[in-house]
Amino acid sequence: MTILYSLIPTPFTMKTFNNTFTTLDNFGHSMRAPSYRLRPKTPDEIYEAFQLARKSGLTVTLRGAGRSYNDAALNGGGIVLDLSAMNRIVEWDAATGFVCCEAGVTLEQLWHKVLPDGWWPPVVSGTMATTLGGCLGANIHGKNNFRMGTIGEHVTEFTALLPTGAQVTCSPSLNADLFYSMISGLGMLGVITMVRLKMKKVESGLLEVHAWPTRTIEEHLNSLLEGAPNYDYIVGWLDTITVGHGQIHAANYVHDDPDPAKMQVRYQTLPDRLFGVMPKSLLHYFMTPFVNDLGWWGINNAKYIASLRRHTFRQSHAAFHFLLDYVPDWELSSGRAGLIQYQSFVPKETALQAWTTILARTKKFGLPSYLGVTKRHRPDNFLLTHAVDGFSLALDFKVRRREEMSKMLQEFDQIILEAGGRFYFAKNSETTPKTALAFLGEETVSKFKKLKKRTDPDGLLESDLYRRVFG
Amino acid sequence: MPETQTMIPRATPLIPRKKAILIGAAGGIGAQVARRLAREGYVLALLDRSEEMLKTLCAEINQAHGESRAIFYIHDVTAYDQVTGLFRKIVADLGGLDLFVYVAGAIYFPAIDEFNFAEDYKMVEVNLLGAMAWMSQVAPVFQSMRGGQIVGVSSVAGDRGRVSNPGYNTSKAGFTCYLEALRNRLTRHGVNVLTIKPGMVKTEILNLPNAPKPVLAVTPDQAADGIWNAIKKRKQVAYISGLWRWVMLALTHTPSVIFRRLSF
Repeated sequence: MTILYSLIPTPFTMKTFNNTFTTLDNFGHSMRAPSYRLRPKTPDEIYEAFQLARKSGLTVTLRGAGRSYNDAALNGGGIVLDLSAMNRIVEWDAATGFVCCEAGVTLEQLWHKVLPDGWWPPVVSGTMATTLGGCLGANIHGKNNFRMGTIGEHVTEFTALLPTGAQVTCSPSLNADLFYSMISGLGMLGVITMVRLKMKKVESGLLEVHAWPTRTIEEHLNSLLEGAPNYDYIVGWLDTITVGHGQIHAANYVHDDPDPAKMQVRYQTLPDRLFGVMPKSLLHYFMTPFVNDLGWWGINNAKYIASLRRHTFRQSHAAFHFLLDYVPDWELSSGRAGLIQYQSFVPKETALQAWTTILARTKKFGLPSYLGVTKRHRPDNFLLTHAVDGFSLALDFKVRRREEMSKMLQEFDQIILEAGGRFYFAKNSETTPKTALAFLGEETVSKFKKLKKRTDPDGLLESDLYRRVFG
Repeated sequence: MPETQTMIPRATPLIPRKKAILIGAAGGIGAQVARRLAREGYVLALLDRSEEMLKTLCAEINQAHGESRAIFYIHDVTAYDQVTGLFRKIVADLGGLDLFVYVAGAIYFPAIDEFNFAEDYKMVEVNLLGAMAWMSQVAPVFQSMRGGQIVGVSSVAGDRGRVSNPGYNTSKAGFTCYLEALRNRLTRHGVNVLTIKPGMVKTEILNLPNAPKPVLAVTPDQAADGIWNAIKKRKQVAYISGLWRWVMLALTHTPSVIFRRLSF
């Protein structure tokens, strides 16, 4: 009988573990990891989860909306703390623009709250599904990085729970070392539970967008460089199949159209139907047949021809910023193996040469990227920063011919490192420890590990990304 | 994972790694299956009682592939109360699980007319209860993942109760039946359950006292090939070699009035 008794799981194990085991994936659907997914609602429950992890010898990874293109929010076989249930906006002051909210609040919730009062989040990502905790963990940037910096620069204070059970408040002046390392720290130092950040005042619900074509990469980069000081936002689209063609979108805040109706969420919301008929949730099925070399070649050329007309138009904030939300589930159109993104940040002096080489390599390997997006950046003070005084180029690749693609991306890493470039931990999934060490520098990595030893002495916080890059 | 071993590298989209647990991996069929799975790109957690043999096998596999492909754990399948914790730890060390293979088995050939409860008990423990202890951990995990494959190496001996070895026949019949029930439970959740029924395999067990003379015997290498092919095709029941299917078809349809007078 003793045999039988020992086989019966205790109620604790049954409730906490077996029912929560599930397979999670990333934004590009290119990686899957089964894990125990717990959804704490309070800091106390987060601490309970840490105790549970200690007891069962498992590690813990933090997850917001799961919008990373790599394994930042995955923990194969371990515990994943899904913080999306901690999503209250605690305090909103429409007079000063300070908002205080829990880390699971999404950018969507945030702009819905603040825009009707004439404010907009200072930095937003390409999708509004991301949570603030995730945004801080990766220290995201927007199309205004050259002007406003990363989202971390607009945080005045945050509260975090460390795996030791300690609760710390950090700001640029209080616990500054933790402030500048937990933001950009990939959730490996502690759990940010409450954030206080400052919104940006806007006078209208619209942006004035200027669009113009570029014929070569050189012209493209010059446009970004010279255009940036004149605009609030600037972003480029690069045709990475017919290399050279591109388009710049640059936008300014509108000051002469203070129509409050356009600041309402209803006006801003992206239409959920195409031509008023077809539900956009079905659109990605129709995209799938075009996600191949020939299809994208056609799409890119059509887009370039359409962009040849230099024009100016007005667009809502949401429509300009959240391009990735325009077609729901667009990332599914890459097929079962998913898509990966390769984003590099290169100083303005070396960018042209590095990217010309890279794009030539994609041709040589016969593995063109289907989408290239460029932005203008400036450096910041955060520990694991990805930014440089220069540009970034994000390339989307459909996962195929894995061995060759892997070899190609390793070559890219080498080219970017030689050009003095950096990488972004929310995007690249193939960064090796050697590459990470090379661009971060030994001093930064050892400083990060030392801080981790202090905040997380038992090494409870670990993600697949952390093990891959720092393990 | 014991401290002395290096971590299994994490998968990336461009270097995907399938993950497998292999129980009873040290010798015979198990070791060959381990080598084969490693060659097919799997990363492996190898379990057995003998540390020495596991160490050698792991070192061999890791060296052959130039990276850490296999890690080992010392485990006796009759230590049922270790299973829950160990399983959880292995899945965390591997970073997931795609395949579970139970090869562990015990066999004793009694003399004709010998009844040996001690040996029968051992065979039921290793061949059946150990498997049940492990699979009742694996099954819910695969079920909630909606994927994966469970492989049990049973035996043709489980198809019919024979004069020569009642205890072994019973343990393998029980195992086959358990796997069938598991299959019926899990197929609807996208999990494949594969029953392997090897005939005779030329391992050291054929040197045991009272062992039968080899009939239609295959080498462990051929057995591993057969098992891999069945895994790849996500079969449900596979005989090794295929000839045994027809032999067993004949035997299972032999009426008792004849069968009970046969002497094997």
